[in-house]
Amino acid sequence: MASLTIRNLNKTFGSVAVLKGIDLEVETGEFVVLVGPSGCGKSTLLAMIAGLESVSAGEIRIGERIVNGVAPKDRDIAMVFQSYALYPTMTVRANITFGMESRGVPKQAQAEALARVAALLQIQGLLDRKPSQLSGGQRQRVAMGRALVRDPALFLFDEPLSNLDAKLRVEMRTEIKKLYQRLGQTTIYVTHDQVEAMTLASRIAVMHQGRLQQFAEPRTVYDRPANMFVAGFIGSPPMNFLPAQISASGPAVLVLEESEGQGTRLPLPDDVAQSAGDGRRVLLGIRPENLTRYDHRWADEKPCLGTIKAPVEIVEPTGAETMAVVRIGSREVIARYEPDAAPAIGETVTLAVDMAKACLFDPATEMLI
Amino acid sequence: MAEAAGYDPLGAAGTWRHQRAKLVVYTLLCLFALYYVLPLGVVILNSFRDLPDINRNGLIGLPHSFSLNYWSLAWDKFCVGGTCAGIEPFFFNSVSMVVPATIISTAVGAVNGYVLAKWRFTGSEVLFGLMTLGVFMPGQMVLLPWARVLGWLGLTNTTSGLVLIHCVQGLSFTTLFCRNYYVNIPDDLIKAARIDGAGFWRIFRKIVLPLSPPILIVTVIWQFTNIWNEFLFAVIFSSGTHQPITAALIALSAGGTSVHQYNVESAAVLIAALPPLLVYVFGGRYFLRGLTQGALK
Ligand SMILES: Nc1ncnc2c1ncn2[C@@H]1O[C@H](COP(=O)(O)OP(=O)(O)OP(=O)(O)O)[C@@H](O)[C@H]1O
Ligand SMILES: [Mg+2]
Repeated sequence: MASLTIRNLNKTFGSVAVLKGIDLEVETGEFVVLVGPSGCGKSTLLAMIAGLESVSAGEIRIGERIVNGVAPKDRDIAMVFQSYALYPTMTVRANITFGMESRGVPKQAQAEALARVAALLQIQGLLDRKPSQLSGGQRQRVAMGRALVRDPALFLFDEPLSNLDAKLRVEMRTEIKKLYQRLGQTTIYVTHDQVEAMTLASRIAVMHQGRLQQFAEPRTVYDRPANMFVAGFIGSPPMNFLPAQISASGPAVLVLEESEGQGTRLPLPDDVAQSAGDGRRVLLGIRPENLTRYDHRWADEKPCLGTIKAPVEIVEPTGAETMAVVRIGSREVIARYEPDAAPAIGETVTLAVDMAKACLFDPATEMLI
Repeated sequence: MAEAAGYDPLGAAGTWRHQRAKLVVYTLLCLFALYYVLPLGVVILNSFRDLPDINRNGLIGLPHSFSLNYWSLAWDKFCVGGTCAGIEPFFFNSVSMVVPATIISTAVGAVNGYVLAKWRFTGSEVLFGLMTLGVFMPGQMVLLPWARVLGWLGLTNTTSGLVLIHCVQGLSFTTLFCRNYYVNIPDDLIKAARIDGAGFWRIFRKIVLPLSPPILIVTVIWQFTNIWNEFLFAVIFSSGTHQPITAALIALSAGGTSVHQYNVESAAVLIAALPPLLVYVFGGRYFLRGLTQGALK
């Protein structure tokens, strides 16, 4: 096990800059998830850590060692590919032991390691099969086995679950989490699925267009997203944005610009108002679960509760909760309801806005205030 | 409506028209087949007829005599260019040329293809383009350069010289075949193997080669047939007892006597054509399969 340090890492393919100044410090035993939309450079970053892509500029350290020029086999890493990359002409057994064979591990030790991993992943019955005789989920396990059979400094996963169907993906996700809790290995895990990122990560690194947007614990990324991209990318349905202006005359409030009639006034925690500044125009970011049916009993519990009246346009039941799309000014905003308390289409509802959970963004820079 | 008027619920007229068309097509095909097979048939028949029979009844005709003698004459007794050992020595000249040339050109082509498909370097695409240019280069163009090269190497009029020529000339094909087959092997396999600690040759031996039989069969059949049947280099760069069988056949028909031994010559031609024919009969299936099938099923 080792830590991973990435400093000002850049990658260009020809004249196209794919990674731009990535800085990342992963501590020993951490499970870091790289997440971002398709094409943002996650796989490229992982391939550079593995040594499969060259470094254009910057530095990669595994433990104390700079590995920029070190061959993949000498980096002490193990990797699981999105395509699984199982050797098609070898049995599962040979697939798993191929690496040890290459490194000249004695037969006895190979057999022990194989038995341990086969038991861990419950693939003892599959050892003599060829990859073409396995189901998708079994292939995935074998691919994991090939990585787990070694005790590397670093585990690298490139979207290992994206080829599985939804149900199996959830199962394997739980299993990866269990494995990690058991083994505690330093892991870099790439996905574009934000649920996977939230459930697995000890820290999430959100990437967009070759830049690192935020690197923090899942809770922080969710509650205090560093900018509007992260706010919109993490969370489903995504965060709502409403243009507003801060007014600090009397108790601090936020005046929505686009609500009908007089501007709706929402209370604002004093410290937030202070740091943002009086009269400043902002974008209010509020997640659907903090925008819900108003209940009188909350008045005492939640000190910073505002209300908005808005007409309901669409109602989308999902089972555990019901999403209501309401119109505020020209914007469609998603609110979350308990299924029992779901509104009817066309009804004008009073929504409670939990302003303690609100995020304010600068409209120009899109950064969190 | 036109379609409704032509509608024929029993399909009787349709069937009749169908059958007539089929008849025409099959007749035509049979005629063509006959046309192509006829020369071979004539040669086969002539290899069993005695000379008076051929002279009396013409080259094309049904046999009035039958003897297996001419085959054995052609094989190891008939006189070619002064020596009277039949075409056997030339047959084995061809074997000792075609076997190493096929093996070497296939092996080198496989490694070339592996490098060009999986270990790209700056300029590798250009290099590949230049190599495939060799496919379109007529043999006549390189006769003079080869004469010089064989001279320098002291390989003039040797089987090794011909092996060298066929290896080099065949590389364009074998490289093209193998490279195009290997690009279909996923890059991730190679990457996984590199992380697993395997090097260039180990990846080739353990991962790429086991996936290769279909394309190796194709290149072997292709190379074997072409080198065996090759004539231009054979006549120009070999003479006397060093000739491969294709060149020796000419010497045989131009033999001292003015009388043409059509029966023996026919048998000799058939013997010379046998190996590629056998390769085609037994390997043709794999050849087609290898060309149409990707690296991973
Ligand atoms: N070998 C290459 N040559 C040129 N451009 C490349 C190469 N490899 C990747 N890119 C480009 O780099 C960018 C990042 O690619 P990368 O595969 O890292 O994205 P990703 O974040 O993994 O996306 P996905 O979620 O779809 O896997 C893409 O725009 C891609 O087109
Ligand atoms: Mg990717």
